[in-house]
Amino acid sequence: MTVISVTKDYGLALRQVDLAHGGGRFLGPLSLTVAPGEVVTVMGPSGCGKSSLLAFVCGTLDPALTGSGRILLNGEELASRPPEERRIGILFQDDLLFPHLSVAGNLAFGLPPEIRDRKARRARIEEALAEADMSAFYDRDPETLSGGQRARIALLRTLLSEPCALLLDEPFAKLDVALRARFRSFVFEHARAQSLPTLLVTHDPADAADAGGPVLEIDAGGQVMARRTAHLG
Amino acid sequence: MTRRDLLAYLPGATLLLFLTPVAAGLIGTWLPAFGYFPTLGGHSFTLEPWVMLFDHPGLRESLRLTLVSGLLATVISFSLTVFFLAACHGGRITLAIRGLMAPLLAVPHAAMALGLAFLIAPSGWLVRLVSPWATGWDLPPDVATVQDPNALALTLGLVMKELPFLLLMTLAALEHSRAEERLAIARSLGYGPVMAWLKTVLPAVYRRIRLPVYAVLAYSLSVVDMALILAPLSPPPLAVQVLRWFNDPDLTMRFVAAAGAVLQLLLVVGAIALWRLGEILVARLGRLWIAGGRRGGKGRVLRAATTALVQLLVAMAAAGLLAMALWSVTRRWRYPDALPSVFSTDIWARQGHDLLWITGTTLISGLAAAFIAVALVLGCLENEKRRGLTISTRALWLLYVPLLVPQVAFLFGSQVLSIQIGIDGTWVALVWSHLLFVLPYVFLSLADHYRALDERYSRTALCLGASPNRVFWRVKLPMLLRPVLFAAAVGFAVSVTQYLPTLFAGAGRFVTLTTEAVSLSAGGDRRVMGVFAFLQAALPLIAFAAALALPRRLARTRILREQRA
Repeated sequence: MTVISVTKDYGLALRQVDLAHGGGRFLGPLSLTVAPGEVVTVMGPSGCGKSSLLAFVCGTLDPALTGSGRILLNGEELASRPPEERRIGILFQDDLLFPHLSVAGNLAFGLPPEIRDRKARRARIEEALAEADMSAFYDRDPETLSGGQRARIALLRTLLSEPCALLLDEPFAKLDVALRARFRSFVFEHARAQSLPTLLVTHDPADAADAGGPVLEIDAGGQVMARRTAHLG
Repeated sequence: MTRRDLLAYLPGATLLLFLTPVAAGLIGTWLPAFGYFPTLGGHSFTLEPWVMLFDHPGLRESLRLTLVSGLLATVISFSLTVFFLAACHGGRITLAIRGLMAPLLAVPHAAMALGLAFLIAPSGWLVRLVSPWATGWDLPPDVATVQDPNALALTLGLVMKELPFLLLMTLAALEHSRAEERLAIARSLGYGPVMAWLKTVLPAVYRRIRLPVYAVLAYSLSVVDMALILAPLSPPPLAVQVLRWFNDPDLTMRFVAAAGAVLQLLLVVGAIALWRLGEILVARLGRLWIAGGRRGGKGRVLRAATTALVQLLVAMAAAGLLAMALWSVTRRWRYPDALPSVFSTDIWARQGHDLLWITGTTLISGLAAAFIAVALVLGCLENEKRRGLTISTRALWLLYVPLLVPQVAFLFGSQVLSIQIGIDGTWVALVWSHLLFVLPYVFLSLADHYRALDERYSRTALCLGASPNRVFWRVKLPMLLRPVLFAAAVGFAVSVTQYLPTLFAGAGRFVTLTTEAVSLSAGGDRRVMGVFAFLQAALPLIAFAAALALPRRLARTRILREQRA
């Protein structure tokens, strides 16, 4: 990671981020920068506030918690914007496909409204499905899909919303081992292909190794313990 | 921004909408109780109304009837709920009973009371079924089984109505109490099933059903419509007597009525305080009892006894409804025939015009109240999700106030308020007065589901670029469709049940199935009573059936819509 003047830089940058609950700080201060196409991993024991960190970044922090610090995406300040205007996509442990919508309905929910034409929208969804080898699933009820298929649809839904950064909240934890590696490369490939700055939180070292980017370790008290760079250059 | 701000004011506005009529109602009742009511010439404070109240010859008997029926009904329904669930936890019978309780809960009080009267009256169905071959009664026996001097028929009717409510509330509370784990641990330590439930589950569950128990207590002590049908009438229980005084052509009796209404409130407050003391005492003794370590037996006797009792009550309720349905299509049913000798639908046809009007009024007020209540509750819950717990959200428990304050204790005062603002006897007043009681139940039935919805669904949707309002309409509402429709059905059923609010707020201009059924019960034709009571019971049941069936239909059309999208 490099010291930079944030205003000029592309990517996602957190500066002096603090998270507190009723006045007591439980995470931070934390600063990090994620360049476009790079995956930064934050590791730490459960309960150290990793998920809250991501919630803070995408603007959905529990109202009982308070966060401070700067969030910059491609040089623009995000902290004061509502979540729907931040253009930050997030994937959780569970796929959270909307059970009342079909696969296509879920994808259409993610697609920006600026694509007005119904045919164009349909084409965009079909294209995404085809690219993931899932063309046959257009009208399916998400209930009828396997865990791996659901996970892929969840990622497609996020990517179709044309985010400028991607947050991953242990999205591989619930998949079985064989599937996990496959889906992980699927996610990272897409993130790189679209040059998305990607922030991953996990407690699985294999996730961090596969991500191949810088790793921040946080202890149970929410302090940054170590920063490693997994691959240089 | 402005829309979000509007939402932030909603909990406060809702509270105002609800507490204003109750507060104004209480003040408007307390002032006349102490002689101040300028419209009727009361310009100074005096204790005269209280002197007249306590001089009333029937007051002591009225109080006795109220206390006996109210306390007995609460103690019986509460004990039966607790011991039945303790003895049958997790059994198939519990599931079966749960399925039967929901429709029973939907049946309005007045219909349940009429059904019971049809069943146990001296010339009722039960006597007809066994006469004269077993009893030798060629004429109805001369015993007061309905409107009996100790109000036991009223007590029975109240138990039939309150048991389903308490059972369902307790079953819902059990889901949040980790009962299975507690039971597993206690059983592995050698406790019998009933002991294990009473000693480890009940203490956790009771905290969650305290409010419903208080509501049952308050309701049983101040019920009017069931009492008009099942309780003795000279003198009647206090709440009925107060209503009579309010309706007395001699307007000075309004002062006595107001004093009686205040007395009714004090009675309920005292009873709740007494119950609270009892709770503390039982908790003390209970801790000693638990520390004693007695393991208890298998509880077979208790299981058999409570199951039999609950089944008997369900059977009686069902038989009562059936009796109403039978009477409504009877031309001739002579005593002591077990069944009508001539059937006909004449009565329905003859009542056609009235039926349409009265059913229409019932439907409109019920649907309007249910719709407004669901909208307000959803707004309040959505605001709570977006903003976290704020003062106004925390204060929402005040919405339950109308369930604890006896209706006769404030409805007169609220009517005074509605006369002053010029809405007396209008739809607005009618629906508003129903809302006071509809909204708490809608809140009660929706809040847990709304709060339990996985927050990450809406976070995901927000991060996909959907605005909070779009998330609400497109994600939360569809996902919560079932509980929302169910809550609407609950609201509708509660509105159909309302008797006193319809009388007071409607200023006599609105007749619903409930007011009609109750007024017919005073003497009319059993066949006509059967028609109105049956329809009154049927409407809420239809609403619940629709609430269960509708999501399935919508699911089917939804898929078609998305294929086009």
